Amino acid sequence: MILEVEKPLLELEAKIVELKKVTENGGVDLSAVVRQLERKAEELKHSIYSNLSPWDRVQIARHDQRPKTLDYIRELFTQFHELHGDRHYADDAAVVAGLARFEGRACLVVGHQKGKDTKENLHRNFGMPAPEGFRKAQRLFLMAQRFKLPIITFVDTSGAYPGIEAEERGQYEAIASSIALMTELQVPIVTVVIGEGGSGGALGIAVGDRVLMLEHSVYSVISPEGCATILWRDASKAEQAAATLGLTSETLSKLGLVDEVIHEPLGGAHRDLAMTFRAVQMALTKHLAPLLELGAEELVELRYQKYRAMGRIQREVKV
Amino acid sequence: MASIFDKLRRQKPRIDSSEGEAVASKPVSSDLWVKCVGCGTAIYKKNFEENLKVCEKCGQHHKMTAQERVAQLCDEGSFSEWDSDVISLDPLEFGPEYLNKLQQDRAKTKLSDAVLTGSANIEGMPVALGVMDFHFRGGSMGSAVGEKITAAMERALEQRIPTIMVTSSGGARMQEGMLSLMQMARTSAAVRRLNKAGLPYMVILTDPTTAGVAASFAALGDIILAEPGAIVGFSGARVIEQTIRQKLPPGFQTAEFYEKHGFVDAVVKRAELKHKAFELLALLTRPLEVSP
Repeated sequence: MILEVEKPLLELEAKIVELKKVTENGGVDLSAVVRQLERKAEELKHSIYSNLSPWDRVQIARHDQRPKTLDYIRELFTQFHELHGDRHYADDAAVVAGLARFEGRACLVVGHQKGKDTKENLHRNFGMPAPEGFRKAQRLFLMAQRFKLPIITFVDTSGAYPGIEAEERGQYEAIASSIALMTELQVPIVTVVIGEGGSGGALGIAVGDRVLMLEHSVYSVISPEGCATILWRDASKAEQAAATLGLTSETLSKLGLVDEVIHEPLGGAHRDLAMTFRAVQMALTKHLAPLLELGAEELVELRYQKYRAMGRIQREVKV
Repeated sequence: MASIFDKLRRQKPRIDSSEGEAVASKPVSSDLWVKCVGCGTAIYKKNFEENLKVCEKCGQHHKMTAQERVAQLCDEGSFSEWDSDVISLDPLEFGPEYLNKLQQDRAKTKLSDAVLTGSANIEGMPVALGVMDFHFRGGSMGSAVGEKITAAMERALEQRIPTIMVTSSGGARMQEGMLSLMQMARTSAAVRRLNKAGLPYMVILTDPTTAGVAASFAALGDIILAEPGAIVGFSGARVIEQTIRQKLPPGFQTAEFYEKHGFVDAVVKRAELKHKAFELLALLTRPLEVSP
């Protein structure tokens, strides 16, 4: 996947590789030129990634090489044991869940799982959960509560799957009950938005005591394409919609809906995986620790107040 | 999150749209006659109103305003409004267009936003009542709707009375972005407090209840009733058709469909709603029948 915004940078990087080869093959010593171009590439990287539009962010958030839930699980957790199924109907591969240890502490980890290629995406249904995905999450949330295990969730979905069977099996009910359950769970919940946070399908596993968001992730009430279709009857105006929906980490942080923006390596998470994993690990450690000190009742009360305060209203003065 | 707009487009004859946004479908009416949106029959307006806006011929339940619903469900004069001054802001700076639309809808519906809340009596039983009105921005839920619903449930908690929510909404309100999405968590959290306190929470699904409202407080009733023919669901019909590239079966995403699939306790005709709501709430809160 090549991002429009990255094109000049990728071209320059390809050129550098080419010139390096020439030098290595002993033809001409171009190392001075290479160094110069490398400096230029670094500058270009800075200028590109410090001027990203909301629409660029959407593209980065959807990048197929951006780390996915299972990548974070593999790198940040030990003893991960995936647990399948909602015990009612099926297992949903678009949501992965299991027990694991985070820095030695047993916990439940749940996340949307997108694929990195077509084959994997077909298996994962492009990370779009069916009702069974939310019901699997709920089953395991309750188990975590019984055994007093903290919960870590990773959000990365374009939204809940829109299909006949999904509707028949109560997609809306599955999301609603998942949200409602999370508001009253007596164990700490830390949520990290790692890619795309698509509407109710995202919120279904995202009602955390702390909601963290990777810098170039997006989180939106509706997809920019959907918004453009409704407002202007034109999906191609998605870029414009992205700019108005307030879906970037900065905006959401300003609105108080996101507790911390996790900075990404220059160029985005897909350009330096190791650094990304380190940054997410540090953020998780930092936010989980104080939550573990709280009593169950206090935790639930604080979570209620957190979401209770989300809204911008005024009292109309009537004349 | 905006499935109602798809639905409206699907039912072409019922569309009344302006500036790219669909608004509530309305029966074509003159001063004396109303045309049923279901079967096209001309109905004498007086009969139509007396029959609670239900077509006698085909049973089509037409949309009601919040005030009409209050009159239908509550004992006369018992309704006392809460939070009539709560209005939304424009947190994402969508601009004067959005604020003007809010202003227009406030003038049109005489509501502060897409829900009317208050205390009322139903056959003598005090309840906290919320009634959504589709004529206000398609019943969409932004900060003001979330605030009024949550506050109504919190008052029910203080007064230890049952709550009834009559829903009608296309989902979360786009123009308030993620603040709208968070109203799903906010209202759902309040429902759980009612559950925990042992206070009954009843939902009456009316046409349409979809997306972010369906997927939050509307799905969480101890008892969920629905009006005949009401469209209910998460994703919009058009989005589903585009995704799966096939036509949807007749009756898909109706109240009857969800009753059959196990998500609605009972489909109840409008004329029977009030008494049914009362009896069910009394069964939950008055273990022994009081002899008259």
